Amino acid sequence: MEFINPDVVDLSRFQFALTALYHFMFVPLTLGLTFMLAAMETVYVVTGRQIYRDMAQFWGKLFGINFAIGVATGITMEFEFGTNWSMYSHFFGDMFGTPLAIEGLMAFFMESTFVGLMFFGWDRLSKQAHLAITYLVALGSNLSALWILIANAGMNMPEGAHFDPETMRMQFESFVDLVFNPDAQAKFVHTSVAGYVSAAMFVMGISAFYLLRGQHRQFAARSFRMAALFGIISTVAVITLGDVLGRLDYEKQPTKIAAIEGLWHTSNPPFEPWIVAALPDDAKQENRYEIGVRLVLTPLITHTFDQPITGMHELEEEAGPRIRSGIDAVAALRRYGVTHSSMDLAQFTAHEQDMGYGLLATRHAPGQDITAIPADQIDDVVRATQPDILPNVFVTFWSFRLMVFLSLWFFALFAISAYLSLKRRLERSRLLLKLCMWSIPLPILATEFGWITAEAGRQPWTVFGWLPTFLSASSHGVSYMVFSLIGFVLLYSVFIAAELYLMFKFARLGPEHDSMEPHAPAASRASAFDMRPMAS
Amino acid sequence: MELYAILKIVWAALLGVLFIGLGTMVGMDMGVGTLLRFVGRNDGERRTALNIIGPHWDGNQVWFILGGGAIFAAFPTLYGTSFSAFYVVMITLLFSMILRPVAFEYRSKADSRLWRAGWDWVFLVSGFVPMFIYGAAFGNVLEGVGYHFGWTGQYYQDESFLSYLLNPFAILCGLMSVGLSVYQGGAMLMLRADDPIWSRARRYAMGGGLVAAILSVIGGIWVQFLPGFVMTAPVNPAMPANPLHGQSVAVVAGGWMHNFHAHPALWLLPLVGLGCMLLGVGMLARGHTVVSWWLGLGAWVGTIMTVGCAMFPFLMPSSTTPDQSLTVWNSTASEYGLGCMLVVAGIFVPIILSYTSWCYYVMRGKVHTADVVNDTHSY
Repeated sequence: MEFINPDVVDLSRFQFALTALYHFMFVPLTLGLTFMLAAMETVYVVTGRQIYRDMAQFWGKLFGINFAIGVATGITMEFEFGTNWSMYSHFFGDMFGTPLAIEGLMAFFMESTFVGLMFFGWDRLSKQAHLAITYLVALGSNLSALWILIANAGMNMPEGAHFDPETMRMQFESFVDLVFNPDAQAKFVHTSVAGYVSAAMFVMGISAFYLLRGQHRQFAARSFRMAALFGIISTVAVITLGDVLGRLDYEKQPTKIAAIEGLWHTSNPPFEPWIVAALPDDAKQENRYEIGVRLVLTPLITHTFDQPITGMHELEEEAGPRIRSGIDAVAALRRYGVTHSSMDLAQFTAHEQDMGYGLLATRHAPGQDITAIPADQIDDVVRATQPDILPNVFVTFWSFRLMVFLSLWFFALFAISAYLSLKRRLERSRLLLKLCMWSIPLPILATEFGWITAEAGRQPWTVFGWLPTFLSASSHGVSYMVFSLIGFVLLYSVFIAAELYLMFKFARLGPEHDSMEPHAPAASRASAFDMRPMAS
Repeated sequence: MELYAILKIVWAALLGVLFIGLGTMVGMDMGVGTLLRFVGRNDGERRTALNIIGPHWDGNQVWFILGGGAIFAAFPTLYGTSFSAFYVVMITLLFSMILRPVAFEYRSKADSRLWRAGWDWVFLVSGFVPMFIYGAAFGNVLEGVGYHFGWTGQYYQDESFLSYLLNPFAILCGLMSVGLSVYQGGAMLMLRADDPIWSRARRYAMGGGLVAAILSVIGGIWVQFLPGFVMTAPVNPAMPANPLHGQSVAVVAGGWMHNFHAHPALWLLPLVGLGCMLLGVGMLARGHTVVSWWLGLGAWVGTIMTVGCAMFPFLMPSSTTPDQSLTVWNSTASEYGLGCMLVVAGIFVPIILSYTSWCYYVMRGKVHTADVVNDTHSY
C-alpha cells in the first residue's frame, strides 16, 4: 500500500491555486474588453465617426497586452490536471475532459484564430467584416468561459455521471445534465459579467486618468460614459446571479453555505442574523467578535422566512452514518476488484452513495487502509473523519465578504460616475475621477475572492461528495513540486513585470490617432525600424 | 465488432490526426521561432519573420491545447498518467511554451534593443525546447515507462526522471522532431518573405529536412533492436476501460515490428515519411516552396502513422508492470463519452478547418519589411 504524502498534496494545491488565481488576473479583462471593443466598433460602423475606431484600436492594444498572458497562463491550467492531479483525471476525466475539449473545439479555436485577424486585418477587411470578426472574438472568449465553468460546475455539483465499479471511475452518462447543470449556468453568467465589471472599471479608470490630466478629453469622456453604463448594468447582474448561486449552494453544497455564513449551529428562522464581520476559529469551531444584522440571513439565502439553514455542527453529525456506510462501500469495492463476485457488487451498490465519505476516512485509518480497519476502531475513525467534511471556515467566510463588500463599492462608484457623466459634470469631480483610477484593480481582486469562496468552500472534495482532494493528487516527490513551484514563481514574476511595464507605457501614451486632437503629442514609435545588425 | 471497440479505434486514429496537425502547424511556428535569430540579422528582418506567422500562431497553437484536451476527454487515464510520469519534462515544456504568446505580443512593443534581443532568445528556446520534448516523448513511450497502478486507479512512478531525460533514443527522436519543425518553419518563411530571408530560410529548411531524414533512418534501424511490447493473450477490445486487469503483456526484443510482420503493407508508411522528407529537400533546392510545405505535412503523416501502427494497440506501455500498460482498449473514456466527443468533433472540425483556411487566404501574399515597421498593429 502506497502512502499519500500530505506535503505533496498541499504543495499541489498551493501550485494550482497560485496558477489559477494568476490566470484569472487576466481573464476578466479579456471577457469584458472584447465586448466593449465590439460595442465601440459597432458605433464606428453605424455612425462612421472616426473617434470610435480610434477607441476600438487604442483599447484593443491594451487588450492585446493583457490577452497574451491570459492565453499563456491558461495552458498551465489544462496541463496541471494531468501533471499534478492524475488520480482526479483518471477518476473524473471521462466527464470533465469533455467540456474542456469542447472548449477548445468550439470556443478557443475561434477566439484564437480570429484575434489574429482582429489585430492584423484592419486594412485587409471591409468595415463590416472586421466588426464581425471582433464579435466572433468576443463570442469565442465568452464561450470559452462557458465551457470552463460547465467543467467547474461538474466538480462542485456533479451531474450527469455515475460511479462505475468496473472502471473505478465516474462514467459520463448525460451530456444534457452536464451542460444544463444549474450551477454551470448561474456561474457562467456570474463570472463573465464579473469580467465585464473589471473591463468597465479598467476603461473608466484609464479614461479618468486622461480627464484628470486634461488630455484626449473627447476620447476619454466618451470612453468613460460607455464604461460607466456598461459597468452599472454588469454590477447589477453580478450581484443578482451571486444571489442565485447562494440559493443553489444552500440546496446542493450545505457545507459551503454554512462556512460562507460562519454558521456553526443550525439557523433560527426568521431571526438569525447575517454576520457582517467575525473571526471564525476553525480549531475551536466558533466565531469570535461577531457583528450581525438580525432578520437578514434567512431570506437572503433561502428566499423564504421559515426554512432553516443547517449549521456546521449538525452537518458533522449527519456525516457520521455516511462515513460509516462509505467505509463499507470502499471495502466491498476493493474485494469486488479481486473477486468480481455478485455478492461484493451488491454490498457495494447498497453503500455506493456514501463511497466518497468512506474515501475521506482514508487518512485516519490505521496504515491508511480503510479496507482493513479492526471493528473496535471504526468508531474512532468515523469520529476523527467527521470534522474533515468542513472547508476552512475563516478563508471561505472572509473571501466571500470581501467579494461582497467590493461589489457594493463598485455599484456605488458606477452609479455616481454614470450620473455625473451623463450630466457632463465629470471633469469638476476630481475626487471621483481619482477614485475611479485607483479602483482599476479592485474588480479583479473581487473576482479572485469569488474563486477562493467557491473553490475553498468546495473542500475537502475535488468531486463534491465523491473524491476527496487529498486522494486526487499525483504521487510525486516533494522535489518535483519544489522544481515546478520555483519555475512558476520566477516565470510569472517576469510576466507580470513585463505586462505592467507595457500597460503603463501604452496607457500613458494614450491613443496614437486622436482625431479630435490633431496636435496631441504623437505616440512615438519612430525608432521601431532599426537596420543595425543585432547580436546573434 | 462492438460499437465501443470501433469508437476506441476511431479515437486512436483521431489522436494520430491531432498529433499530425500539432506537428505540422505548431511545428511550423516553432520552427520560425527557432530560426528567428538566424534568418533575421537586423530588427526589421526579424519583425518580418515574426509577422509572417503573426496572424496565425495563436490559432495554430490551439492544435496543441486541443491535443491535450482530446487526450483528456478521450483517454483520461492516459492523460493523467503520461503527464504525471513525465512531470519534469512536461513542466519544462509548459514553461517554454507559455513564454511564446507573451514574446509575440510584447517583443516589438518597446524600443529597447536589450528588450527585443531578450525576447528573440525566448523565441529560440520556446521554439526548440517544445518540439524537442514532443519528439522525445514519443521516443520514451516507445521504450516503455516505469509505472504501476494501485487498486484505486492511482498511478505510481517506478523510475527516476533522469532515465527518460537522458535516454539516447528519445534524444534522437527529439532532434528529428526539431528537424521537421525547422523544415516546416523555413518553408513558411520562404512562402511569405523575399530575400535575404528567403535564401537563408531555404538553407536552414533543407538542413532540417536532411537531419530529419537521416535520423529517421537511424531510428528505424534502432527500433528493430529495442524491446517492444506484445499482447500474449487475446484481449476483449470492448472491455471496460480499466488498466488494472484484462491484459497480459510481454516484453520482446524487436516487439515493435510485430504489426509490420503481420501486415507488410504497413512498410509504405515509413517510406512515405522518408520519401516526403527527401523529396521536400529536393523541392526546396529548386525553390518550389508550396510543394515543399505540403511535403512537410506528408513527412509528419508518415512518421506519426509509422509510430502509431508499430505500437498499436499500445499507447504508453509500462516497463515495470507490462500487464498494466495503457492501450487503446483500457485507457479510453466511456462509450457514451467517446460517442459524444465524436459528434462534437464531427460538427466543429470542418468549421475550424474552413475558417482557418479563410484566415490564411485573407492574410495571403508576401510580407515586406517596410510595411511591417510602418504598421502599428504588427508584432
